[in-house]
Amino acid sequence: MRITQGTFSFLPDLTDAEIRAQIQYALAQGWAISVEFTDDPHPRNCFWEMWGNPMFDLKDAAAAMQEVLACRKAHAGIYVRVNAFDATQGFETTRLSFIVNRPKNEPGFALARQEADGRNIRYTIESYAAKAPEGRRYE
Amino acid sequence: MNTAAPAGGGESVDLRSLLADSHVSEVLDELDAELVGLKPVKARVREIAALLLVERARKQMGLAGGQPALHMSFTGNPGTGKTTVAMRMAQILHRLGYVRKGHLVAVTRDDLVGQYIGHTAPKTKEVLKKAMGGVLFIDEAYYLYRPENERDYGQEAIEILLQVMENQRDDLVVILAGYADRMQTFFSSNPGLSSRIAHHLEFPDYSAAELEQIAEKMLQRMQYRLSPSGLAALREYLPLRMAQPHFANARSIRNALDRARLRQANRLFARKDQALTREELMTIEGEDLRASRVFS
Repeated sequence: MRITQGTFSFLPDLTDAEIRAQIQYALAQGWAISVEFTDDPHPRNCFWEMWGNPMFDLKDAAAAMQEVLACRKAHAGIYVRVNAFDATQGFETTRLSFIVNRPKNEPGFALARQEADGRNIRYTIESYAAKAPEGRRYE
Repeated sequence: MNTAAPAGGGESVDLRSLLADSHVSEVLDELDAELVGLKPVKARVREIAALLLVERARKQMGLAGGQPALHMSFTGNPGTGKTTVAMRMAQILHRLGYVRKGHLVAVTRDDLVGQYIGHTAPKTKEVLKKAMGGVLFIDEAYYLYRPENERDYGQEAIEILLQVMENQRDDLVVILAGYADRMQTFFSSNPGLSSRIAHHLEFPDYSAAELEQIAEKMLQRMQYRLSPSGLAALREYLPLRMAQPHFANARSIRNALDRARLRQANRLFARKDQALTREELMTIEGEDLRASRVFS
C-alpha cells in the first residue's frame, strides 16, 4: 500500500529535478528547508528524525539537494521527506512537506477493533511494518 | 553530436546579440564608471566576461568545453577595492549565467572556523551552503591557516573548502582576498589551494590623481562639494597622507572626508545665529581639510 502523506503524494514519485525545482520554489518564498526521515509510516507520526539542522538563509537549491541526496543515501530503505518552514509572522509553520524517498515494499496497515464500553467498537490502524523493532522495519 | 551542424544551433552565432541579451556590458560600464583606476583588474574582469560569453556561444553551437573554473584570489593593500569588485563580480557572473543567483556571501575566519573539535566542519559547510548559487568571498583568507598552532582548526576549514571548490564548481565561486605579502605565504603553505585558483588578481595602489577622483566621487555621493580652496587643500593633503604609515588608500580618503565633514559641521555650528544657504551646507572649505593632523 502506497503511503500518501504530504504534498504531491498522489502523484508518481518526484524525480530529482522535480524535487530541486520544488525546493527552489520554497526558497524563493523565503522558507527554510529541512530534511527528515523515519521508518514509522503511521500518519499520526509527527516525530520524524531530523537530518541535520534546518537550513536557513539558503539562496540556491543545490545546497539543500546535497542534503536530500546524502540522507537518501544513508536511509535508502525508509521514508525521507523535505519540509519547508515559513517563519513569517502569522504562519510560523510548515508550508510544504513532501516525501522524497520511500521503501520499496510498503506493507500497509491493519485495521484493529477494540471492544469498548457496552457494545461500542473503537477502530484504529496499525502499520504492519511497525510491528518489527525500530531500525529493522524495512529490511 | 555532429560538430559541423549541431542540433538546435545554426552555422553562426552573433556575439553582439549574446552580449546584449546578457546585459553584462551595463555592469562592466558601471564598473568602469564607478571605480577609479584598477586597470589590470578591470582588464581581467573583461577577459573573464569575454570567456564566459564565448563559452555560451560555444554551447549554442554544441561545443562542450565544460565549465571553466573561476575561483579567484584578490590581493592588494587595504582600501584598494577588493570587496567592491567582488560584489560586482558576483553580478557579472550572474548575468553571464555562470552562477545561478549572483549573491555575495562575505565571510572571515570567524565564520568558517569553529572553537572546539567537531565544530568547524558543520560551520564551514553551512557557510558554503548559504553561498551556493553565488559567490563566497573570504576576506583576509590567510588567517585560515595558522602555522604556529598545529592543532588549529583552520586547516580543517581549508580542506572542506578545497573539496567543494573542486567538486561543486558549478554551484559556487570562491574568492579569497587579502594583503599581497601575507596571501603569498598563505598560498605557498597551501599549494593545493593555490593550484585550484585560476585567477590571481592584483589590486594596485592608487596614485594621488586617482585618489583625488575617488574623493570627488565620494563627496558627490554624499552630496557635498569642494570649494576651490578645498580642492587645493586636498591636493596638498593627499601626498602627505600617502607618505604616512597605515595608509589604506580609498578607506583613508573616506575617513579623511568624514573628518572634514565633522569640521565643516562644527564650523557652521559656530555661527549658528546666521541663516545657512544650501551652498554653504554642501561646501567643504580648505580650512576643513587643513585642520588635519597631517599638516602639522
